[in-house]
Amino acid sequence: MKPEILSYPEFSKKLAGRHLAALMGLPGRSGSVLMVAVTTPGAPSAGEEAGACPPGGLQLPATVVEGTFPSLTLEHPQAHGFEREFFEEWKVRPEGHPWLKPVRFPQGQPGLTDFFKVSGEEIHEVAVGPVHAGVIEPGHFRFQCRGEEVLHLEISLGYQHRGVEKALPGASPARSMAYVETLAGDTSVGHALAWCRNLEALAGIRVSARAEALRAVALELERLANHCGDLGALAGDVGYLPTASFCGRLRGDLLNLTGLACGNRFGRGWIRPGGVAWDLEPVRAEQIRTRLAGIMRDVRQALDLLGRSGSVQARFERTGILTREAALELGLVGPVARASGVALDCRRQFPWGPYLDPAFPVCTGLLGDVACRARVRIDEMEVSAAFLDSLLAHLPEGPLRVGMRAMAPKAFSVSLVEGWRGQICHVAATDTQGHLLACKVVDPSFRNWFGLALALRGQQISDFPLCNKSFNLSYCGHDL
Amino acid sequence: MLKALLARLNQGHRTAVGIPEALPDRTLGRPRFQPVRCAEGCSECARVCPTAAIVPGQTLDLGSCLFCGECARVCPHGAVRFGRSPAMAVRRRSDLVLSGPDLQLAEALDEQALRLFGRSLRLRQVSAAGCNACEADVNVLGTLTFDLARFGIDFVASPRHADGLLVTGPVSRNMREALLKTWQAVPAPRLVVAVGACAISGGPCFDHEQTCGGTDGLLPVDLYVPGCPPNPWTILDGLLRLLGRLEGPEAG
Repeated sequence: MKPEILSYPEFSKKLAGRHLAALMGLPGRSGSVLMVAVTTPGAPSAGEEAGACPPGGLQLPATVVEGTFPSLTLEHPQAHGFEREFFEEWKVRPEGHPWLKPVRFPQGQPGLTDFFKVSGEEIHEVAVGPVHAGVIEPGHFRFQCRGEEVLHLEISLGYQHRGVEKALPGASPARSMAYVETLAGDTSVGHALAWCRNLEALAGIRVSARAEALRAVALELERLANHCGDLGALAGDVGYLPTASFCGRLRGDLLNLTGLACGNRFGRGWIRPGGVAWDLEPVRAEQIRTRLAGIMRDVRQALDLLGRSGSVQARFERTGILTREAALELGLVGPVARASGVALDCRRQFPWGPYLDPAFPVCTGLLGDVACRARVRIDEMEVSAAFLDSLLAHLPEGPLRVGMRAMAPKAFSVSLVEGWRGQICHVAATDTQGHLLACKVVDPSFRNWFGLALALRGQQISDFPLCNKSFNLSYCGHDL
Repeated sequence: MLKALLARLNQGHRTAVGIPEALPDRTLGRPRFQPVRCAEGCSECARVCPTAAIVPGQTLDLGSCLFCGECARVCPHGAVRFGRSPAMAVRRRSDLVLSGPDLQLAEALDEQALRLFGRSLRLRQVSAAGCNACEADVNVLGTLTFDLARFGIDFVASPRHADGLLVTGPVSRNMREALLKTWQAVPAPRLVVAVGACAISGGPCFDHEQTCGGTDGLLPVDLYVPGCPPNPWTILDGLLRLLGRLEGPEAG
């Protein structure tokens, strides 16, 4: 597929009602920039049966911009973060953008910027970070509060900026794999998969059915481990220790399954261009399958306790509500969006290999509160476990890896993968020699951080850790 | 309440007794590097190394190594072989630069430091552009499988309550100041533990202008734990050696 170059008004019109998966720039002629949007169909309306997200329908509208252009954000709020990023990278100003602030502070001095301020006698401001209390990544949070109530939260990131996206096109094959596997370390498989699928598309090769199945095993194991960890952490944040400690251990056991398959607990080194580097011979596949069944038994028991505890549910329910309208307007993705009733899932929209099942369940919630975000994770764990159980029992035959070929010149490729946090979008474009010219990486966290800010409005500041955990976003995936 | 007790019984006792001698079969533990085996002019390993960690016929820098194992896979002479021992942490940066099969594992702190930290070590963790894999494998030490607290080691929220820092990530330029300020807030005497290839050498981003290429030159590091990310057992092994809780020859 090639970007379709349109006039600016037509370009803007093309975004209406669509989900904006990425907005990126490509160098144009004589100092201009080609602004390319990657869009997918919008969510099915709330009334429709859950899981009815339509397959396919990718579009690539593009327009040439220079100096300034009228901001898209006013009409398409989901463009707000992308436009800030675009301005930071290309110095082309989206005129009329409501809050044109730095995203990653590539020139240094992170956090030195204007913050939205509420004033009044009873208003106080709380600043948290970059260094937080736990063993987590750094970022800065600025709360405007009236007593305990949060009127507004502003999140300022960029502390984790490593320059990875920029370094991707020129890197050696080995180094670029190391980059994508550490883009967001807890999503090594998701990003490695999105990256490899682009390279394979550009080279015009198809991986075997077996490699596709093993990739799906890796992706779902990653989802299971992270969802399990998140549910344990949610329990921990409301002081319910049995589930917190059980799930903490079980998350490690799930990571160990990935470690058993490829040596690395985060799946690094498993997925490679052209297929996978590690096979699951029958004994190993069966071992993983059996251990998974045992882990899931313990997981169910731990989660059953969580569900039965009235004090836990009282803390989860109606906390950190994110409405469906807000989730759609902001283009949120993954379990966070699905918990608000947005039935979008790349495994259904852009299926491949073992996901080519028109009935693959998409788990959704209605209210968009912490309880729904927990529920969606629980449901998704069941879906992944059942999917893995049958997949591991019937792994298709085929070579592990096929040889890579030279990539097509002047080509453009988009890869959409449903990582455990949601839609991962990678875009790659080649030059006239067939070398990578530009790469764009959109981690689900890039969109969802703003969802957290909205969910906090009107909440008690003491509920921030709980709300934050119910999103559990990546800092380095955002900061690249 | 009864259900919770039943679940507790059901989930069983899960705390591991000792550090395993060998990691699972596909996991890459401590390598055995024998550059004497290298053939003149062969540089297969260097070609596939993502972080320039290996100089054929000369050195293998475990501080840069991501343990992807590509070098061992392509080497026609068996000059690099990965074992399964998790024990790899060292006290000096130079000890990670292997020029032969031997690796000088971390020695215990001196007597005075052991008197201070040996029975109770409180660490403040700082992620300075870590990708959340090292952070996850540090966090996991708090779960009941590893139960770090039984060794008197804990993570604390305030640097003022800490005996040292445990740093992950290549130290982005944007985190440099925050890291140094956190370090200054820790009362002396204080320790620094660098966990993971990024914190030791910058990892995949070793030569990026956006990072400082790890903690070296910024902080006086007392313990280096290699890996991408290090296996939790490797981190625990390193911490216990530092505190003189684990002695003698390493397994594997």
